[in-house]
Amino acid sequence: MAGPSMDLLRFATAGSVDDGKSTLIGRLLLDSKSIFEDQLEAVEMTSKSRGYDYTDLALLTDGLRSEREQGITIDVAYRYFATPRRKFIIADTPGHVQYTRNMVTGASTADLGLVLVDARQGLTEQSRRHAVILSLLRVPHLVLCVNKMDLVDYSEDKFNEIHAEFTSFATKLAIPDLTIVPISALKGDNVVTRSQDMDWYSGPSLLHHLENVHVASDRDLVDTRFPVQYVVRPKSDEYHDYRGYAGRVAGGVLKPGDEVLVLPSGMTSKISEIDLFDKQLDEAFPPMSVTVRLEDDVDVSRGDMICRPQNAPQPSQDIDAMICWMSSTPLRPRQKLSIKHTTRTARAMIKDVQYRLDVNSLHRDLETKELVLNEIGRVQLRTTSPLLCDPYEKNRTTGSFILIDEATGVTVGAGMINTAS
Amino acid sequence: MTVHADYRLSQLAELEAESIHIFREVAAEFEKPVLMFSGGKDSIVMMRLAEKAFFPAKIPFPVLQVDTGYDFPEVLETRDHWVDRLGVRLVIASVEAAIANGVVVDDGKTSRNRLQTGTLLHAIEEEGFTAAFGGGRRDEEKARAKERVYSHRDDFGQWDPKNQRPELWSLYNGRIHAGEHMRIFPLSNWTELDIWYYIGAEEIDIPNIYFAHQRRVFRRDNMLYSESEHNPLRRGETVEERTVRFRTVGDITLTGCVESNADTIAAVIGEIAVARVTERGETRGDDRFSEAAMEDRKREGYF
Ligand SMILES: Nc1nc2c(ncn2[C@@H]2O[C@H](COP(=O)(O)OP(=O)(O)OP(=O)(O)O)[C@@H](O)[C@H]2O)c(=O)[nH]1
Ligand SMILES: [Mg+2]
Repeated sequence: MAGPSMDLLRFATAGSVDDGKSTLIGRLLLDSKSIFEDQLEAVEMTSKSRGYDYTDLALLTDGLRSEREQGITIDVAYRYFATPRRKFIIADTPGHVQYTRNMVTGASTADLGLVLVDARQGLTEQSRRHAVILSLLRVPHLVLCVNKMDLVDYSEDKFNEIHAEFTSFATKLAIPDLTIVPISALKGDNVVTRSQDMDWYSGPSLLHHLENVHVASDRDLVDTRFPVQYVVRPKSDEYHDYRGYAGRVAGGVLKPGDEVLVLPSGMTSKISEIDLFDKQLDEAFPPMSVTVRLEDDVDVSRGDMICRPQNAPQPSQDIDAMICWMSSTPLRPRQKLSIKHTTRTARAMIKDVQYRLDVNSLHRDLETKELVLNEIGRVQLRTTSPLLCDPYEKNRTTGSFILIDEATGVTVGAGMINTAS
Repeated sequence: MTVHADYRLSQLAELEAESIHIFREVAAEFEKPVLMFSGGKDSIVMMRLAEKAFFPAKIPFPVLQVDTGYDFPEVLETRDHWVDRLGVRLVIASVEAAIANGVVVDDGKTSRNRLQTGTLLHAIEEEGFTAAFGGGRRDEEKARAKERVYSHRDDFGQWDPKNQRPELWSLYNGRIHAGEHMRIFPLSNWTELDIWYYIGAEEIDIPNIYFAHQRRVFRRDNMLYSESEHNPLRRGETVEERTVRFRTVGDITLTGCVESNADTIAAVIGEIAVARVTERGETRGDDRFSEAAMEDRKREGYF
C-alpha cells in the first residue's frame, strides 16, 4: 500500500518488439497483488476468446484497441503500484522502431530503465538503440533483463553470453549503474520471487532491486537553478504589493536570505520568502514547485532564471546538442523550428548536422547531413534569443529542450545540450 | 507532508509539485483555459491544486460544469461552496439546454453521460476555450493509462490515440491551431489512494456521499443504484435501505454505490487499500458496455 510519505521511483521499459516488456509489467503488477479482479477477469476473458493457451499478461497494459488487435504496444502505458517500501510509476514503452518517439517519451522522466532482451536472440539493433537512448537521456540506473529464460532451459551459459555481450557494449555508453537479471516474465522467475530453476543466479529478484536501488543522490543540489514560470500578482487589497515568482526548482537548494542573480537581466537581489501556498518555507529543492519573493523590486518575468551570482548558466544562442529526431520529414541544415527550453520559447535554425550516430556500432557517421525519423545525431543550432542552459549531463532540466514544427505545432525533436557558447 | 532529510520529497509532495507545475504552465501559455468540474473528488482536488498554484492570487480561469440534469444535489452544493470560496466564474453547460437547442439529440436511448460530450464540445467552442483541465487519472482505466498530460484535440474535439505528440521531460508543448484545444490532465500520475491521502492531509471538503450513509437503493446489473426520479425502476427491481457510499460520482443514473461503513477518511483509505475491484469497474455503468468503451468515448471528445 502506498503510504503518503514513501518515496517514488519512476521506471521505463525498453527493448525490441516482443521481448516481453508488457508481459513483465503485467507479471510485476500481478505478483505484487496490484491487479484488481475485474482487470484480471477482463484479460482472462480476452485471452480465452482469442484461443491463447495462457493468460496474456501484456493485455493488462496494452489498453488501446489497435494494440490488442495487433498484439503490440504502440504508445506508452503508465501504470502504478506500490510495495511497503516504495511507490512506482511505470512507463511501459513500445519496442517497435516506428514508435521510438513514444519510447523516448516514456524514458525521458525515468529514474531507471529496464532493457529486455529475448534470451534466444540476444541483443538486437533495437535493444542497442534503446540502451543508447537511455544513456543519452542520462537515466541514472539501468537493468538488463534477460527474458524468456524458460525457452532456453534456464541456461546459465546463454545468460553469461548475453551478459558479456551487453557489458562490453555498455562500456561505450554513459551508464553509471548497471544490473543484469535472468528472468521469465511469463512464468515469473526472478520477477518478484527468486527462481527455483536458476540456482546458479545469486542476485536479487527484479522487484527486490527496484525496491532498494538508491536514487536519492541523482538530483543536483548544488547549482541553484529556478526557471521562472509565472508571475503571481494578486491585485487584491489584502495582497496589494505581493509579487511572487512561481516555478519549479531545477537545481540547488534555495533559502530565504540567499543572494541571487536574475538572468538574462543580470540584476541581483536577495530571497525574502519562499512560499508554498500559505506557508513560508526554510528551503526549497528539486523538484518542488514554490513561489519565490525577492527583497528588491527587480524586473523578472516568465522565461527568466533565478540563480546564484557565482554560479549561473551560460546565456547562449549557439547550442551544440544531441538530438533524437521524431518526424518523418528529415532534419536538415537551415531548417527553422521553435525551441522550448525550461520556460523559454524561441526560434532556432539548424546550422549543421555534425554526425549521425549508428546505434549498433556507435560509429559516428560524418557524411550524412540529415537525420531521418528515429535517428540520433549531434547538431549545432542557433537561437533567436539566448537560452540559459547547462550541459545535460549536469542538469536534466536546464540541459534539455524540445523542437516544435512551426507549421504543424507537433513536437519533432528532443535535445540534450552538450555545450553552449 | 514530509520532507526527507536527504532532500527527497515524499511521493505525495512530488505529485503535488508536478500538478502545480502543470497548472502554472497552462496559465502562462494558453489564452483561455478552463477547469472542468465533474463534481467528483478528483475535480475538487484539482481545484485545491489550482488554488495552491496561484495563491495568494485567484485562480486565473473559470470553472466549467456540464450539468446533466441528473447530478447529485450534494455535489452541486459542494461545487457552489468551492466556487464561492475561490471567487471563480462558473460556466454551466446544460445537457437539457443542449437538447432543447438541438446541439445534441436525445433519442431516448443515448445516456446522459454520452450526451455530455456534445454539450461539452459545444461549450468549449462557444466560449473559445483553448485548454480544458480534466481530472482524469491514468490508474482509472486502460485507455486513460495511455494519454498524455497535454492531450491534443482537433477541430472536432477528437483524440487520436495512435498519433499522440511526444511528451518529453516536463517540457509541455501547448501549440494548437485555431479551433483546436488541449485537454490537460494535472492528476495523470495520481492513484485513487493518493487522492484520498491528499484529501485527508489537506482536509479537503468533498461531497458527503463519498462517506457511509443510509440511502434508498435498488440493484441493477449487479450494482446498487440510488433511488431517483430520473431512474425509474424496472420490473422486478425493489428499493431497500442500505448503508452505502459512492466511490466515484457522476450521473446519478449511471453511478453505482457500494455497501460500506467507512464514514471517515481513514476508514475510506482502509477500504480502498484492500479493494479488489477498480473504482470504475465497481461503480460505473458507463464503462461496462464494451472492452473499449472508454477509448471510444475519449476519441469522440469525452472528458
Ligand atoms: N515463453 C515466454 N514467453 C514470453 C515471456 N515474456 C513474454 N513472452 C511472450 O512474448 C510475446 C510478446 O510479449 P509482449 O510482452 O507483448 O512484448 P513487448 O516487449 O511488450 O512487445 P512490444 O511492446 O510490442 O514491443 C507474448 O506472446 C508473450 O506471452 C517469457 O518470459 N517466456
Ligand atoms: Mg509491449
